[in-house]
Amino acid sequence: MDRREFLRLKKTSTALPVSEESVRGVNSGLTPYGGGWTTKEVAHLLKRTMFGATKPDIDYFKAMTVSQAVDALLNVPATVPPPPLKNYDNTSIDPADLDYGVAQGTTWVNTYSTDGTANARRINSLKAWWTGLMVNQERTIQEKMTLFWHNHFSTEATSYDRGVYGYNHVSLLRQSAVGNFKKLVRDITLDIAMLRYLNGYLNTATAPDENYGRELQELFTLGKENNPNYNEDDVKAAARVLTGWGIDFSNDTRRFVLSRHDKTNKQFSAFFGNTVITGKNDAAAGDTELDDLLNMIFNKKVEVSEFIVRKLYRWFCYYTIDATTETNVIKPLAQIFRDNNWEIKPVLATLLKSEHFFDPLNQGCLIKSPLEHVIGCCREFGMKFPDQVTEYNDAYNMWNLLRFYTTILQQNLGDPPNVSGWPAYYQTPQFYELWINADTLPKRNLFTDAMITNGYTQNGKTIIINAVDFTKSLPNPADPNLLINDALDILYRVPLSDASKLTIKQQILLSNQTQDFYWTNAWNAYLANPNDAAAYNIVNTRLKSLYKYLMNLAEYQLA
Amino acid sequence: MKRRDFFKQTLPAAVTLPAVLNGFSVKAYTGSSALVQSLLGNTTDTDKVLVLIQLNGGNDGLNMVIPIEYYGQYFNARPNVAIPLNKVLTLTSTAKTGLHPSMTGLQSLYNEGKMAVVQAVGYPSPNFSHFRATDIWMTASDSEQVLNSGWAGRYLGVEYPNYPNGYPNSQMPDPLAIQIGSITSLALQGPSVSMGMSISDPTSFYNFLNGVQDPVPDTPWGKELKYVRLVAQQTQQYTAVIRAAFNSVTTQGTYPGNNDLAAQLKIVARLVKGGLKTRVYMVSTGGFDTHSDQVNSIDPTVGNHAKLMARVSDSIKAFMDDLKGLGVDDRVIGMTFSEFGRRIKSNSSFGTDHGAAAPVIVFGKNVKSGIVGTNPLIPSSVSVNDNIPFQYDFRSVYASILKQWFCVNATDLQTILLKNFQELPLCTNGACGSTGLEDIIRGSGDELIINYPNPFVESTAITFKTKGGHTLIQVMDTLGRVIRTLTDKEYVPGTYTLRFESVGLPLGVYYARLQNGSLQQVRAMLKTR
Repeated sequence: MDRREFLRLKKTSTALPVSEESVRGVNSGLTPYGGGWTTKEVAHLLKRTMFGATKPDIDYFKAMTVSQAVDALLNVPATVPPPPLKNYDNTSIDPADLDYGVAQGTTWVNTYSTDGTANARRINSLKAWWTGLMVNQERTIQEKMTLFWHNHFSTEATSYDRGVYGYNHVSLLRQSAVGNFKKLVRDITLDIAMLRYLNGYLNTATAPDENYGRELQELFTLGKENNPNYNEDDVKAAARVLTGWGIDFSNDTRRFVLSRHDKTNKQFSAFFGNTVITGKNDAAAGDTELDDLLNMIFNKKVEVSEFIVRKLYRWFCYYTIDATTETNVIKPLAQIFRDNNWEIKPVLATLLKSEHFFDPLNQGCLIKSPLEHVIGCCREFGMKFPDQVTEYNDAYNMWNLLRFYTTILQQNLGDPPNVSGWPAYYQTPQFYELWINADTLPKRNLFTDAMITNGYTQNGKTIIINAVDFTKSLPNPADPNLLINDALDILYRVPLSDASKLTIKQQILLSNQTQDFYWTNAWNAYLANPNDAAAYNIVNTRLKSLYKYLMNLAEYQLA
Repeated sequence: MKRRDFFKQTLPAAVTLPAVLNGFSVKAYTGSSALVQSLLGNTTDTDKVLVLIQLNGGNDGLNMVIPIEYYGQYFNARPNVAIPLNKVLTLTSTAKTGLHPSMTGLQSLYNEGKMAVVQAVGYPSPNFSHFRATDIWMTASDSEQVLNSGWAGRYLGVEYPNYPNGYPNSQMPDPLAIQIGSITSLALQGPSVSMGMSISDPTSFYNFLNGVQDPVPDTPWGKELKYVRLVAQQTQQYTAVIRAAFNSVTTQGTYPGNNDLAAQLKIVARLVKGGLKTRVYMVSTGGFDTHSDQVNSIDPTVGNHAKLMARVSDSIKAFMDDLKGLGVDDRVIGMTFSEFGRRIKSNSSFGTDHGAAAPVIVFGKNVKSGIVGTNPLIPSSVSVNDNIPFQYDFRSVYASILKQWFCVNATDLQTILLKNFQELPLCTNGACGSTGLEDIIRGSGDELIINYPNPFVESTAITFKTKGGHTLIQVMDTLGRVIRTLTDKEYVPGTYTLRFESVGLPLGVYYARLQNGSLQQVRAMLKTR
């Protein structure tokens, strides 16, 4: 993101003429990006679309064009990962509960269970497993988009309370990561975790529950910023459309009970063109009326498309959307969304390949979420975890530790604070800044300090940042200047001045000497005798200090 | 970005971690809570402060503390860098040892009885790499031993075993150790966490002593960076106490300008006076790696090393004067150290290469003034590889200060330094009791160890006098490696003789080292054909 590149980009980014200077000064639009494709740009793309940018991933995508790289990231495989395993024992679980019979190390997802202890443990297993999927993610956008949908269609495991509901819910989000939005809304509406979380299962003709009918419009599709917008009567009418859906708790399946369905016609407001959804009285009534409802909502194409595009924009770019961005990015992307019949992929492809996405002013400005901070740290430093097959229990312990950290950093995977998701993605005016406060910032440092200093050991297994191995993966570790530059290219998205780098080099890598060869000699001495403890320690202590220091600077919090 | 803003927005370097107990912040606990009390253990109550001054690069001890006694050999070994005899600063009560002509400040401190010189401090099998040697000094390890914690960190770990859990608290509201600079030193690394925090300038808390902190541009990322830095600044647990201590001192003595060490020591004096209970301060200054142009080619009393000596001497003198003016000189002692000394023989570029043992200066009102040990022996014919053998293990200096200044008991000393080291009388703190070490040789004394014949061909008899108790005789080569341990046991007082057989050893100089309680002496022996 040097200045020259920035100016060049500004000059070419005139595809969409703008009449007024944007307050952010970002005028670039959706024209495909044609600028430099170096480690910096690749790292930008990967930090935004995955959890951290690892050196091997950067090298992998750098060999492609921008367009190929984005297409590859969006090419999410249909394969389903092995399901979460029983990583807990039967203590306090009712022997009559079927979970009792599930062998440790096998999956619990196909076994019905109502025991409270078992389900609490299943949910912990699920969260650890999900964390592990992020740690071991493929080179695609799938995990980032799964989390996006989790935040968008927020559900809380502590509320729906059953491991199997959670697993099916997360599986749906994963499968739909870059799928069709309209289809996903339909699937989510009938998802058992959601039916339970927003009381859809209690929504009957005699006692309608408006919870889901409201959030479907306010949070999931239309948003509350439109003018005009849906009104309270529309909430009530939508709730009546959705009456009759429920959960058969005897086997944890969804069911539609016609007797509980409101068979009368549902009248919607002028916002929806005074649509009437005809009440049906047959076994398919629930499905038919749901389709009618969604068709009606998605007929508000501009509202729905712009609402979702803005949310994606805030997820991948930045939270401030000024008039220029609205014109240059949001509206044309929303058009693409509509033109592609609610397919997510073309929207993401256009955004992620655009000049706007790579605009220097859009780089480095995202404050990492706790998951990005924790998982990104593990991945960027190539931390080694216990084998998830042969040492599954140890692997789950470690994933659980990461989940613990993200939880104290205020992002409890599977349990967002409420139905709106995490405030960092909607709460004006601070947005991502809400992640950082006097409590969480020291804890972020606590995590990185712990990982670089002693790591974490449980049951004889340790996860720890191997500073020497990471350094070895850099192209020129013997040169202290290049070492710092190359490490920063991976770890930071904002520049450090030459003066800062010099100070860091001298104070840490050179132990206050001035000649670079002292580091070079130390590094080469280690390479020549990798098993010599003293030679190893000389470089290891300095590298640990270096990375610890870099992770403690404010710059590390940005992606 | 305005420069003023940029200073305002800056961030402390090493963010000290919040106290966490089983995942819960303990900020809600007060120091009087039973929980916190139980965490504290029994901490020694002392207001004593130790200041460690690191001279980075390997200071040329031979040109700092000049062996007037062996001036001929000294000059002969390094004619192009030797300080002319008439320029060497003299010291009261000894004619055998003097100081570099730039060190008038230290000369007056010595003559006022506020400074000790410990001669030829080092360790067996010295390492000549800056990095490794620095780590050895910081960790107090053996030459071949790799440790991950620092000696001062281990000391603080013994005193405050649960740090950082429950800290700060009412008993210890202040940082345990403060490093002036941006990166906390290995010396302050405790067994699991760093016991130190780094600060540069307590008024602004910016990162680096030289004021390097990257400005924040007016861009989205600049906005977010500024925000994170702001929170970081608010979060620094010790900001308030350090600022309060710093700001409570309004007048200080004069310090020399353009002297980074003086600037650091000035902060230390201010924080001590300001009432911080912090026990260990660490400051450092670099440039001592004088392979070339150590001295001016025409006048060896000026040049790079002379400037370094002046920097050290002037700043320590100003610091001591300031402490006195502030009325806290009773509470502070300091010591200098460097990862190694330099070679006896100079090179042809008016410099000296990496060496071994070198003097350590200990200063303070409560220091036992004088020269500890004898001048290093300099052979009349010096080869390029000849080094000054150590008389005192550097860990003896640490052990003595910990015991005599911080009242650390014998068991804890062994825990901290991992074995027993000889104690030297370096300082007094009434609270720690008497050292009983008054009989050490200071400046001059008997010859306690001799050998005959000398030079010798194959075998020589080493005769030594012991005052009884544990007595150790080692033979070291010129690289400082211990090649023989002739005896290592308890003796009754008397004179004894042992033989040193040198079969298989190359020709050259060897040193026989006697250690008997606090007594220490080295005898140079020459093996010839």
